[in-house]
Amino acid sequence: MQVYLPIAEVSVNLFALLGIGGLVGVLSGMFGVGGGFLITPLLFFAGIPPAVAVATSANQIVASSFSGLLAHLRRKTVDIRMGLILLIGGMIGSGGGIFVFNMLKALGQVDLLVRLCYVVFLGIVGALMFVESVRALRRKPGTPGKSRKRKHSTWVHTWPLKMRFRTSQLYISVIPPILVGLSVGVLAAIMGVGGGFIMVPAMIYLLGMPTKVVVGTSLFQIIFVTAFTTFLHATTNHTVDLMLALVLIVGGVIGAQIGTQIGLRMRAEQLRVLLASLVLLVCGKLALDLLLRPDELYVIGTAAG
Amino acid sequence: MMRLVAICLALLAACSAACSPARAQEEVVLGLSQNRVQITANFDGSEILIFGAVKRESKIPEIPLDVIVTVAGPSRPVVVHRKDRVLGIWVNAETSEIDSAPTFYTVATTGPLNEVLSHTEDLRHSITIRRAVRSVGSGVADPGAFMRSLVRIREEAGIYRLQENEVEMDQQTLFRTRVALPANLTEGGYETRVFLTRQGKVVAHFDTVIEVRKAGLERWLYTMANEKSAIYAVLSLILAVAAGWGASAGFRLLRG
Repeated sequence: MQVYLPIAEVSVNLFALLGIGGLVGVLSGMFGVGGGFLITPLLFFAGIPPAVAVATSANQIVASSFSGLLAHLRRKTVDIRMGLILLIGGMIGSGGGIFVFNMLKALGQVDLLVRLCYVVFLGIVGALMFVESVRALRRKPGTPGKSRKRKHSTWVHTWPLKMRFRTSQLYISVIPPILVGLSVGVLAAIMGVGGGFIMVPAMIYLLGMPTKVVVGTSLFQIIFVTAFTTFLHATTNHTVDLMLALVLIVGGVIGAQIGTQIGLRMRAEQLRVLLASLVLLVCGKLALDLLLRPDELYVIGTAAG
Repeated sequence: MMRLVAICLALLAACSAACSPARAQEEVVLGLSQNRVQITANFDGSEILIFGAVKRESKIPEIPLDVIVTVAGPSRPVVVHRKDRVLGIWVNAETSEIDSAPTFYTVATTGPLNEVLSHTEDLRHSITIRRAVRSVGSGVADPGAFMRSLVRIREEAGIYRLQENEVEMDQQTLFRTRVALPANLTEGGYETRVFLTRQGKVVAHFDTVIEVRKAGLERWLYTMANEKSAIYAVLSLILAVAAGWGASAGFRLLRG
């Protein structure tokens, strides 16, 4: 069954779209990630124009993150104050990202930028996660690994403008959270992702936040940044496709439920190896497209403006 | 002075009689299976039957008549990028802007196009695919290559089609053909032209328009996204938040 997407102006198989939404939902349920980094490239493969894919993914992430945030709010694992500080940076970054996005769109290089961002970030995150989880798997099950001691005085803790974050039990400068938020905001606008896969490690290793509040706080700020990104894309580029978003959300909601069930039956390390392999697979496919001589040297774009 | 005017008038009358005798004698009467295509949510392409007859006052002439049917979607400016290797990766190196290219184009004929249509008539009426794409050439060394690539890519995608020998003709009078509109249609007026040719010369032609419009939900969303984009943006966010909340609440109920 075909469905005609009013903004993308393409007709796509409804079940293929539900499948993409569902697949990403399964992953987000299994691994606790938003899945934006997968949904955007999958939409490229499905023939959705990149600009529409990026903007609509942002809208879909609002839905999946909101659902996740509600669960974290009930468990009181959200540092709202930290989230708000990250958000200030996020908004600035998102605005800047949209500006860069539109500028490169006019130059015809937006496709390259989006793909390069994907290859670089997926490559780094995938490789780090793969190495870390393979090491964890090699350790005999039962014997606990060396637990990381939370450092209370990294270099960022010497910066001015200190503020107390009670939920995170931190007393640090507001500049590093703003910078982290800023860079994630730029990525959200350019890549159409929530940026959780960058944000979570940054919060743990750079800001020294306790792991239990990291995911909830990251979701909190991702909702606002992606909502803001969606709003900007919708008002400046008119590239948010509600029909596409709706189908992806429905698929994602069902998939997330299945994913959670699978996740409960597997070991955390096995899950991480799988996720890392998947990230590297997507990264490799995108990298090959950039490195190998394409079959078709000419590409048709739409005229700017 | 009066004599000069009289001569001019006589010449004009003689010319109009001699230059287009066929035009007055043969006319196209056209019918379409539908003159309006509505793109709804489950739109999956559409096939249009274009049929008609040649109306004449006199006897059928000796030399056989040919028919050319063209359907053209709304024209848009298009940019074509050429990829090249820069620092080991393939990037869009050169860009050429093509002023106007139809979003859809089909030519159907009763015989091989180069036999039923002369080059001069093609220049005059812009019938072939190559003539339908217009460009003044810009900033690149070889604008022709970009133009040819555009036509080739769109031909491969089935957006531009040349259907030779696909117009059926009966008794030199009745003709019909089918034009398939793909699912990925752009909105607008689809200019439909029928040419009657004899020995490569156009003897009569007829133009009409097939309206392609988004309808229902598609129409509503598209209009809102472009005209009331702030409301549209808020609506998409409300939808996302509601879906997120719904999912969370629904699964809590399921788990008990």
